Amino acid sequence: MRLPLLALLAKEPAHGYELKGQLERILGDAYPSPNIGQIYLTLQRLEKAGLVRGEDVVQAGRPNKRIYEVTPAGREAVDAWLAEPSDGPRVRDDFFMKLALAPLAGVTDRLELINRQRRFYLTQMRALSRREAAGDDNRIAGLLVEGAMLHVQADLDWLERCQAELM
Amino acid sequence: MTPVTPQASGSADSGEAGSAESAELLRAVELTKSFQTDGGAVQAIRGIDLSIRRGEFVAVMGPSGSGKSTLLQLLGGLEAATSGQIWLDGQRVDGLSQTRWAVLRRRHIGFVFQFFNLVSTMTVADNVELAALLAGSTRRRAHERREELLAELGLSAKAGLTPSRLSAGEQQRVALARALAHRPSLLLADEPTGNLDSANTMGVLRLLARTHAQGQTILLVTHDARAAGVADRVVHLFDGMISDDTDLPAARRPQRAAGSVLELHG
Repeated sequence: MRLPLLALLAKEPAHGYELKGQLERILGDAYPSPNIGQIYLTLQRLEKAGLVRGEDVVQAGRPNKRIYEVTPAGREAVDAWLAEPSDGPRVRDDFFMKLALAPLAGVTDRLELINRQRRFYLTQMRALSRREAAGDDNRIAGLLVEGAMLHVQADLDWLERCQAELM
Repeated sequence: MTPVTPQASGSADSGEAGSAESAELLRAVELTKSFQTDGGAVQAIRGIDLSIRRGEFVAVMGPSGSGKSTLLQLLGGLEAATSGQIWLDGQRVDGLSQTRWAVLRRRHIGFVFQFFNLVSTMTVADNVELAALLAGSTRRRAHERREELLAELGLSAKAGLTPSRLSAGEQQRVALARALAHRPSLLLADEPTGNLDSANTMGVLRLLARTHAQGQTILLVTHDARAAGVADRVVHLFDGMISDDTDLPAARRPQRAAGSVLELHG
């Protein structure tokens, strides 16, 4: 959450609600929208770390709003973030832990475990396809959904390998 | 139920008055298939029981070699089962001669394959129309049907071309039109997206979904998990047997449901 907010602020100063709206507009509704409390909290932390600077703006008849702008250190953090390749949770799969450790915990039916996981993935795939078929015009959001579908597909393929090796 | 839900328009499978048309369209009972190879008999299908309801869209998935294509060929009469029974529309069909099977297929079953198997010397229009004629349509009805299908599948502009002038995605759409030309009670599709890129795969899956929404019963064999996005049910084959059989939850409006997906996998 920290770096995406910083990246948005790199363009222009904004307050919390604006940032929330921008994230939703750019990423589409498939992306889990952060709640506003989370955004305010993150902004406070960024400010404490010296990556953004906040300034209260007085509004007539309403509480002040705090506008944030990125500091040079914040700008550097964004650049460093963008320059780095992104890691993913490739070898820290929770389901794999279950599969590996289930027999130790007295659960011997791994097929049941695999089938349950497969159903879960299939249901996810269905939700994603429906979203894809709903045909959002937002290309970034569409790619997000397509990427998620390819991930789920890989997870399903991998389950098949687990089944072939362990059954 | 949302409007996009297949079968929302009250099809025959509501289960009342099972006299004239039963809800079950296809049933396989203890189906087996062995092939003779140099190394002895190989059991490709090892005892499959399966029932498919009218209007259902079933995806058969599983690793290569799990027997899913063989199963489809048995159910379509392209291969004879070693043992077991197949019932189509209340009629036992596993013992039929090749000739009787051919008639049954022409009238009641549509096929789509990975390689489109279109007649290369005939136009797109004739490929589709021929299928209707073979099923016994009059010339006029066959012509109407082909116009309707080509329009529906967005192919009207290509009607006069031969298949080789079309892209892979377009050819598969023609193959689908041909398979539907005789209004089959059962559509059997064997890896219809196996030869297509991602965008065309989505296109063909969407067309299958639309056909299904109009009441078409479909059995789709695929390794492409995106098929789960359009099917009602996924049967998972492993080593010639059914290892899982899942009804997928009916479509709900994709609100925040997929959010968690992205959290896990994004």
